[in-house]
Amino acid sequence: MSAGIRAALRVSHPGFSLDVDLALPGRGVTALSGPSGCGKTTCLRAVAGLQRTPGNRIEVNGQVWQDDGVFVPTHRRAIGYVFQETRLFAHLDVRRNLEYGMCRVPPSARRVSLAQAVELLGIGALMARQPHTLSGGERQRVGMARALATSPALLLMDEPLASLDAERKREVLPYLERLHGELDIPVLYVTHAPDELARLADHLVLLDAGRVVAAGAAAALMTKLDLPLAHGDTAGAVIRATVVGHEPAYHLTQVEFAGGRLHLPHRGTRIGQTVRVRIQARDVSLTLHRQSDTSVLNILPATVTELADDSPGQTMVGLDLGGTRILARITRKSVDLLQLAPGMSVHAQVKGVAIVE
Amino acid sequence: MPSAADLAAIALTLKLAALTTLILLLLGTPLAWWLARTRSRWKGVAGALVALPIVLPPTVIGFYFLVTMGPDGPIGRLTQSLGLGLLPFTFAGLVVGSVVYSMPFVIQPLQNAFEAVGNEPLEAAATLRATPLDTFFSVVLPLARPGYLTAIVMGFAHTVGEFGVVLMIGGNIPDRTRVVSVQIYDHVEALEYTQAHWLAAGMVAFSFVVLLALYVLNPTGQRRARA
Repeated sequence: MSAGIRAALRVSHPGFSLDVDLALPGRGVTALSGPSGCGKTTCLRAVAGLQRTPGNRIEVNGQVWQDDGVFVPTHRRAIGYVFQETRLFAHLDVRRNLEYGMCRVPPSARRVSLAQAVELLGIGALMARQPHTLSGGERQRVGMARALATSPALLLMDEPLASLDAERKREVLPYLERLHGELDIPVLYVTHAPDELARLADHLVLLDAGRVVAAGAAAALMTKLDLPLAHGDTAGAVIRATVVGHEPAYHLTQVEFAGGRLHLPHRGTRIGQTVRVRIQARDVSLTLHRQSDTSVLNILPATVTELADDSPGQTMVGLDLGGTRILARITRKSVDLLQLAPGMSVHAQVKGVAIVE
Repeated sequence: MPSAADLAAIALTLKLAALTTLILLLLGTPLAWWLARTRSRWKGVAGALVALPIVLPPTVIGFYFLVTMGPDGPIGRLTQSLGLGLLPFTFAGLVVGSVVYSMPFVIQPLQNAFEAVGNEPLEAAATLRATPLDTFFSVVLPLARPGYLTAIVMGFAHTVGEFGVVLMIGGNIPDRTRVVSVQIYDHVEALEYTQAHWLAAGMVAFSFVVLLALYVLNPTGQRRARA
């Protein structure tokens, strides 16, 4: 049994073609991202067997799901699928929606109990409700629990937050992070929201017009200046850091990584815990000398590695902090005034930082 | 008061309508499912054939039945060689005629209901380990329930109201082919207007109740309330 997902997919419709060869890790969250119409949902549907295209080859954890002469139908694939529009069964209440898939899994193959799925998604109070009485966020959580209750070997999520407003997203995201943290089920997650990538993705596949643009560890790809992901207002780095202290009086938590120590808004974490920290490029400014009379707490020595044009008037600067890469987005005028160039030593002032997980 | 003959006609009518509706539900479900799901180029032809009884005068349908089910017609020869005898002027013949005559009124609501269910719940069920047949019974049928209700009511009521086909292939044989509509016609021919009123008013009341039930049990809002 080789862990991991191998998918060689060739799909062509008039005006669209998909030609990808994916080798994805068998653990953690792999995000498929790219602009609309890039083929990310098509990939997911092919892996689920909802789209049957001859010539594709799909292998999951050593099991061949599709190959020449082999096509395992969707209902015999050990997947959980979370649809963007949830697709709860309108004729069943929440409990019976959850039980629908679970009952069809042989007891010997059940590893996630109904109670566990209900608890993880926090939907215990909704069990007797009809789907149409639920809010969008509640519906999506029920959809996730329903998929989980089938004890899938692979969880497929198709933009589960895309149809939710900002507030509902904030409601559902923590549950997704919990799934990520507490379950050992590999997830293929389709999204084009940078926020979700930063918070959830371990591994990343960027698609454009049906081709793979880049694939690799999410943290590395998010700071690669030749990718669109590392540009614009939402660009930023995600780093791993260790919690080293709390300052309850100031409502701050201190974390440490190879590049130094950061103060960030307090989160209930224990000392020694590894956390994911997001540093957005727009929250990082640069100085040539270390400032002492500033309100910014996080000032870290850094080396400029590269510079790239961003939106008009803006430049994205790649920085190395003791081996960890982060991004700074500053004006082109500042670049000229400071005469920034690759190899220069600077100080990065990090204003906004947050633990995302 | 309705006479014994009237009551016999009512009983025969109900029996005919119930049997016709049942047969149409059994045969119509797979056909309507196919019509709703297929991308075959024969879909248009099949759809048109199913709809044909809506536009054809019942006498035309009855006439061709009489010809094909008669001693020299293809169906007639078949039923004779099978030892079933001839269908015209029998109750079985009426059932066959009614099934064709009322077919669109059962198939079309079912087809519309299946189309309204759409592909999405089927895909969701498949990802939840349900086989296609399992999906049909556990998801499609419950979601298509309003369509079934419409199909049952329309199929039943339309068969009750049948006259032309019955007259052509059934004739007017008491207890075998004399249904209410024919009985009313007989009363009027015999100038028995009081008797005709009993049955005619009964039909009006029946039809109203049936349609009322359809609108009360099957409000369109219920169909829209899908998550």
